[in-house]
This record gives sequence, C-alpha cells and structure tokens, in this order.
Amino acid sequence: MQTNIDFQGLRVAVTGGTSGLGLALVRQLTGKGARVAFVARTAANVERVAAETGAHGIVADIGKKDDIYPIAMQVTANLEGVDVLINNASSLGPVPLALLADTECEELEAALAVNLLGAFRLTKALFGALAASAREGRGALVINISSDAAVNAYPDWGAYGASKAALSHLTAIWDEEAKADGIRLLTLDPGDMDTPLHALALPDADRSSLKAPELAAAEIIEKMLNALPARTALPAGGLV
Amino acid sequence: MTNEDGSDRRLARLFVVEADGMMCDLPRTRLATLFNPGDLVVANDAATLPASLHGTHVPSGKAIEIRLAGWLSLSDPTRFVAIAFGLGGHRTRTEDRLPPPALSTGDRLRLGPLEAVVERLLDHPRLLELRFKGNRATMLAGLAQHGRPIQYAHVPEPLALWDVWTKIAARPFAFEAPSAGFALDWRTLQAWRQRDVGFTAITHAAGISSTGDPVLDSRLPFDEPYRIPERTAEEVTRAKLRGSRIIAIGTSVVRALEAAANPDGSVRPGNGTATGRIAQDTPLRVVDAVLTGVHEPGESHFELLRAFADDALLAKVSTALTASRYRTHEFGDSVLYNLLAAACVGANGT
Repeated sequence: MQTNIDFQGLRVAVTGGTSGLGLALVRQLTGKGARVAFVARTAANVERVAAETGAHGIVADIGKKDDIYPIAMQVTANLEGVDVLINNASSLGPVPLALLADTECEELEAALAVNLLGAFRLTKALFGALAASAREGRGALVINISSDAAVNAYPDWGAYGASKAALSHLTAIWDEEAKADGIRLLTLDPGDMDTPLHALALPDADRSSLKAPELAAAEIIEKMLNALPARTALPAGGLV
Repeated sequence: MTNEDGSDRRLARLFVVEADGMMCDLPRTRLATLFNPGDLVVANDAATLPASLHGTHVPSGKAIEIRLAGWLSLSDPTRFVAIAFGLGGHRTRTEDRLPPPALSTGDRLRLGPLEAVVERLLDHPRLLELRFKGNRATMLAGLAQHGRPIQYAHVPEPLALWDVWTKIAARPFAFEAPSAGFALDWRTLQAWRQRDVGFTAITHAAGISSTGDPVLDSRLPFDEPYRIPERTAEEVTRAKLRGSRIIAIGTSVVRALEAAANPDGSVRPGNGTATGRIAQDTPLRVVDAVLTGVHEPGESHFELLRAFADDALLAKVSTALTASRYRTHEFGDSVLYNLLAAACVGANGT
C-alpha cells in the first residue's frame, strides 16, 4: 500500500474514465488523494462518476479531432497542469468481432481514430504541460493501455490488435525521443479483464477467469509510481 | 506544417539585430544554432484560451461579441476584463467593427451555453468587467464548447485552438497567443540541449495585442498576471551569476521577468502581476536579448523594444524589415534583438 504523500498534488488525466479499467483508475487515484480529470463520451455517466469520486469530468470523444484541444484545455486548467496522462479509452473496431476480410474500412478507421490517433493527439496537445511538469521536477509520464492482442495474432481481433500494436510502437519511439525532455511513455497490458469492452468482444466468456479491473488498476498505479521521481511535498500549482 | 495563411512556418525568417548594430536575415531554423553554451532561453508556456464568445445581449436582444482580455482576480477565475463588439464576423477588421449594444451594469449576456453578467462598465464604450455564472469548471466546459480563439482579419480560415497553442503550451492562461513561441519546436529545444543552451519557461497571461481603437490601444498592455516556477527563478539567478545571457522568447517574458526582478538581476519565484509599460527608459535587470515578431511604432510591443535598442537602430531595423518584406502578423516572421554573437558574420548582413 502506498502512502498518501505519493499522491498528494499528483495530477492525473484518464481517458475512458466511466467504465471498466478507467473507472477503477479514477476511483483508486482519487481515493488516494490524487487530483484527477477524466474523459468520457456520455454526459450522464461523466456526471455520475464526477459526483461519486470528486474528479473533474469532461464530456468529449477521444476519436474526434475537434474534441482534443478542448479536452487538453479543461484538463490543464482544472488540474493546474498535468503530471500523468493515461490513454485508456479504446475502441474494439467491429462489433461483433470480425475477420479482417469482413471488416469494413470505416470500422478499422474508427479503431485507429480512438486507439492510435486519439492517444497521439491528446499526448501531443498535453506535451507542453507534461514538459512543464518535468522541468519543475515533478516528473511526467504517459501510460498507454495496450493488450496482448497487440503482440499475438488472434483471429477476429484485427482492427483492435493492429491499432494497439501501432500504439505500442508509437509509444516506444516517442519514449526514446522524449526522454531528454524528462517525459516517459510506457505501454502497459492490464491482461484480460472483466469489463464492458471484454463483454462486447466475447459475450460468452467465463467471467470468473477474468481479472477484476480493480486489480489491474492497482497494478498500473504501482507501475506509475515506480516510473515517477520519488515524491516529496509537491509545490502547489498556484495559478488559476 | 502549413500556416493559417497558407505559408509554411518552417520557412519563416529570422532577422538578427546584434548588440553592436550589425543586422542580418537568416532562415528561422538557424535559431537552433545562435546562442552560446550557458545562455538561458526563457519562453512563455501559457496556452491560449478560446477567448472570443459570440452571443446575445439579453436586454436588447442584439448580437454581441465578447473578447476576454484580462483576469480580474486569480482567486476568482470567473471574472474578467472584456472588450465588447457589435455585429460582425472575424473577417471584418477590428477597427471597422460596430460598437456593442448600449450596456448597463447588471445586464445579462447569453454566450452559447454560458451566461455572464456585466459587473462594471469601464471608461470606454467597449470595455467592461464581467462575471460568468457558475463555477470555474462549468465556465471552462462552456468555453471549450462555445469559445473560439480571437480571430484575425488577415487569416482567411477561422483559427482553431490548435492554431493558437504553441508547441510548448502548457496551461490555458493567455487571451491571445504568446506568438513569439511559434518559433519554437521540440527539434530546436533538442539542439539547444545538445549545445548546453538552457531552456526554461514562465507562464504569463499574454493579453489582447490590439483592439483596433487607438484610445484603447494606448492603454495596452493591461495588467497581466504571471507565474514564475521555483526552478525557473533558480536557473535565471544562476545564469546571471555566471555571467550568461538571458534570452526572452517574446515580450511577455520580458514583462514577467522584469516585474519579478531584484536589483541584482535575480528573480522572485511565484505569482505576480506585470503592470505598466516597459519603454525606453526602463532599466533591464534580467533580460539581455528578446525574440519577437515584427512590430510597428506605437504598438506597446514596439515601445518595449526601445528598452533594448535606441531609436536610430530601431528605425534602421524597421526600414530593413519593410524592404525585405517581413511578415508582421502573429504567425509571421521573427526578429531577435540584442544578440551578443557573431551570427551575422558571413551572413547577408546589412
């Protein structure tokens, strides 16, 4: 169990924050004292999770280019900067899952728009804020949530797997490039979880064999802390 | 990358004015090579708010545009100084815009999903103080949805937020882009790091650069709050101690650093407000050189440059910039004043 000092003043943005892993992350991070902003598409869900956790909720779609800067603006204004971005929002591609030869181009594009372009655009829009955090000695970290479908060639998982593979490689290259700016980028695979996304993909799966998203969230938070510099009392943000 | 006016920002030009009066014209990519090891470059990392809001003046039912122009109180970030315009789009030059409907204290304004109240009229028909209803998060969500960056008549397509955020933009605090920062990219910062040129940032609420009204413009810049992080203050102080030069990216950085300056050239970290103009007789305690856009006499930014160069030199620079067709607008070319380096040796100096 981490002590609260690790989270005091820590500013975290989570996409896809109203269900599954994202919701578990928002709950645990706010519970430990971090300042959290989260993004999701459905206003009613955003309001519910914001009221429950005290996190800042932002209604927007990561898959839409026009939504990205308004998200970045609200994240950095409400949290007075950002130390950690967790790109968790994911699109499955075709539902039900389909062979690639049966996948519509638009379905592949939709998966790429969220899983690859969305994560790229939001990271880029927040890059200045992350660099500022690094310059101030607070550390700066981007965690991109991936999947074993990015590595293994599972039939039916073409759109999702290809988009996550691209995200993993983008993350690895960007991490090399941004190290000197003090920004780290990691890909984490939380494992097969009992989430709405998984149920959408495999409705007949044995849920007892799946990992609880709460456990996956706790593991990700531990890795997040390990990747950040040791935290003492953080300076307050101080601006509006 | 394509600029809003169709030009390529990577093809932008850089006019260098050296401390000894030498001048030359370089590609702006040369910025990566100009400074000396130990020098410290300081930029403004404020992101730009979508500060232009179209809506309705509720008592008259008439159209109004509100441009947020300054923070009234950092402890209550729903209150602003604002400039009001009547009917007209962004393609109309600011100076040709109609006056706003007649305003009274207490009037309600409906601005998309946002509602604001006129709290006070100031001593100019376009100038007022307003407060948004609701809390800061509600206001930010409304700005994100309905606000647009302040537009420029010279830019044919409406500007989006990504057009007015510099690459280093960190927190939405400025009302117009701290445009000197458009000269920076991560490649340039990487090159400076490799050459041991330092880079750091302050956050300064760069305000409206021009209202189109000479009476209002003579009052610019308004008081602008800023924040200097502890580390930035330490780096500036260390650089001054070792005799290295401080290079400001933009006039807003000059304002913030000089407002926070101690007589010995160190700067105080934390929040502050830059008030008044920097002009010819203002002693510069911190900043040695400034990168800025192309400014014309009478603009507050031009007045600030008189602290860096005498009038005869500024006149020579203006003539050279006109002759070389330097682009004057926010997304245009750059000028670097008071560089202490032999950058112009071998270049096409004047």
